[in-house]
Amino acid sequence: MLQAFQEFWLYFPLLQNTLLAGSIIAIVAALMGYFLIMRGLTFAGHALPYVGFAGAAGAVLLGIDPVFGLFAFTLAGGVGIGFLGKEAHARDITIGILMTFALGLGLMFFALYSGYAELVYSYLFGTILGISQQDVLVTAVCSLIAVAALIVMFRPLLFSTMDPIVASSRGIPVYALSIIFMALVAIAVAMSIQIVGTLLVFTLLVGPAATAIRIANRPLWAIILAVFLGLLYTWLGIFLAVVLFNGTLPVSFFIATISFSVYLPIRLLSPLWIGRGIRRQRNQEQQVEIEFEHLKARECVAVEVKQESFK
Amino acid sequence: MAQRQETPVITLDHIDVRLGGRTILDDVSLTVHAGEFIAILGPNGAGKSTLLKLLLGLIKPTAGTIQVLGRAPRRGNVDIGYAPQHRELEADLALRARDVVGFGLDGHHWGPGWPNRKRTALIEQALQEVDALHFADAPVGQLSGGEQQRLLIAQALLTNPRLLLMDEPLSNLDISRAQEIITLVNGVCRTRNVAVLLVAHDVNPLLNAIDRVIYVANGHCAIGAPTEIITSNTLSKLYGSPVEVVNAMGRMFVVGAET
Repeated sequence: MLQAFQEFWLYFPLLQNTLLAGSIIAIVAALMGYFLIMRGLTFAGHALPYVGFAGAAGAVLLGIDPVFGLFAFTLAGGVGIGFLGKEAHARDITIGILMTFALGLGLMFFALYSGYAELVYSYLFGTILGISQQDVLVTAVCSLIAVAALIVMFRPLLFSTMDPIVASSRGIPVYALSIIFMALVAIAVAMSIQIVGTLLVFTLLVGPAATAIRIANRPLWAIILAVFLGLLYTWLGIFLAVVLFNGTLPVSFFIATISFSVYLPIRLLSPLWIGRGIRRQRNQEQQVEIEFEHLKARECVAVEVKQESFK
Repeated sequence: MAQRQETPVITLDHIDVRLGGRTILDDVSLTVHAGEFIAILGPNGAGKSTLLKLLLGLIKPTAGTIQVLGRAPRRGNVDIGYAPQHRELEADLALRARDVVGFGLDGHHWGPGWPNRKRTALIEQALQEVDALHFADAPVGQLSGGEQQRLLIAQALLTNPRLLLMDEPLSNLDISRAQEIITLVNGVCRTRNVAVLLVAHDVNPLLNAIDRVIYVANGHCAIGAPTEIITSNTLSKLYGSPVEVVNAMGRMFVVGAET
């Protein structure tokens, strides 16, 4: 173990960009993921990467920069989902159909481009180990804008998430906010796909935040915990992939496995602490009720006995 | 009554509301004064929620004029408190009772907000008023319907409104919880001199607390004391078909119409 850490330290200069880009994305994803879960939009977070994938593939086929296609399609998809509104059931079906169509489309585009499996691989799994300094810079700037916007929108967004009608009556532009939010998610997703790949974006979006929401009971702590977990998973995943396995297995696999391994036990154990306070209070209330009933019953019996003795 | 010399809190003058080809409200006129506790009754889909949305500025009338607190209705009016019906919130949502109530204070301001003592004091005062202080830190998803309803009322009261609109707060509550809410709202109404409009399905628990009733049916409205409005005569005219009001055991039952 100690030798592994020493190796990691040796690798550190080479891994700097990887760790930097990975950390930035982990932070942004955790923040977006918190709101996605609170708004019941995790399925959209699953679909958007595939839409982006189709956009990148289509751009390659047309000879345009794939990043352009990636951003264009993801933004269109995100804003489109924002327009679909809050009818969860019908909305999820629509998103599901679009998502499978996008995935098929992406695969077809790549097939038409006569192979280039390497490009497919890089968009599915990301190129986190081959990040340049420019990539880090672009990621940092995009992330700063997205996070700043989210911080400005924080209270109205949370309020309209919890109760859109009351929020609307307070003058909050609920519909506009939901569209802007989806656009921010789209930007974060498109940016993340280039670094960590289509398949991993969803894990970083939802995993840490889902775990954090089960543990924390107020928004600030849930977000801080989600960011912390996201960073932890990312660093640990990179460490395991690079040092223990010499980069032979994709970093995505390790991050996803760690995320799942933490979420599962917490999910299964959470009934132990969620609702415990309120269940205790309900039990106490029930106890009072039962005692009250006993008291009444005894009084009735006492009255009956008195009546009997008068006869 | 002295309050009739003040500007009425609400004035509706020959209001028509047509949505999607359907006439929801037809030639509705009424006035509400400060400190009145009024129940809004009527069958489902009659237009009760539409009335509230008009007052909140969420929809505009097709014809006629409305004045709320002396001005045209507009969204974001902090002088109006709105408490919707409580919903089943997910048990694992990371929001505490005091967070939900806090939205009523500054949920519409931009930015993340900083915690400060004055804000906490105001929120706790609101929680105290609805007897919810003892579960201030509990996650909302684990609270009962009655408890959640009290939070929504506290949220609506935080900006010191002069008008309180409540959309079916008593639905899905058992009799004792409903009675608690009614007592709470009545107290708020009298101590703060706030006009309260409360949409309900069953007027009986409210009979001892309310001043007047607005009955909405068939696109029409009738407003007046419960004993004037909830009569076979008045309601039959309103519905346009035979409706019988049965008075039994100190309660009123509307028979022959969908309530």
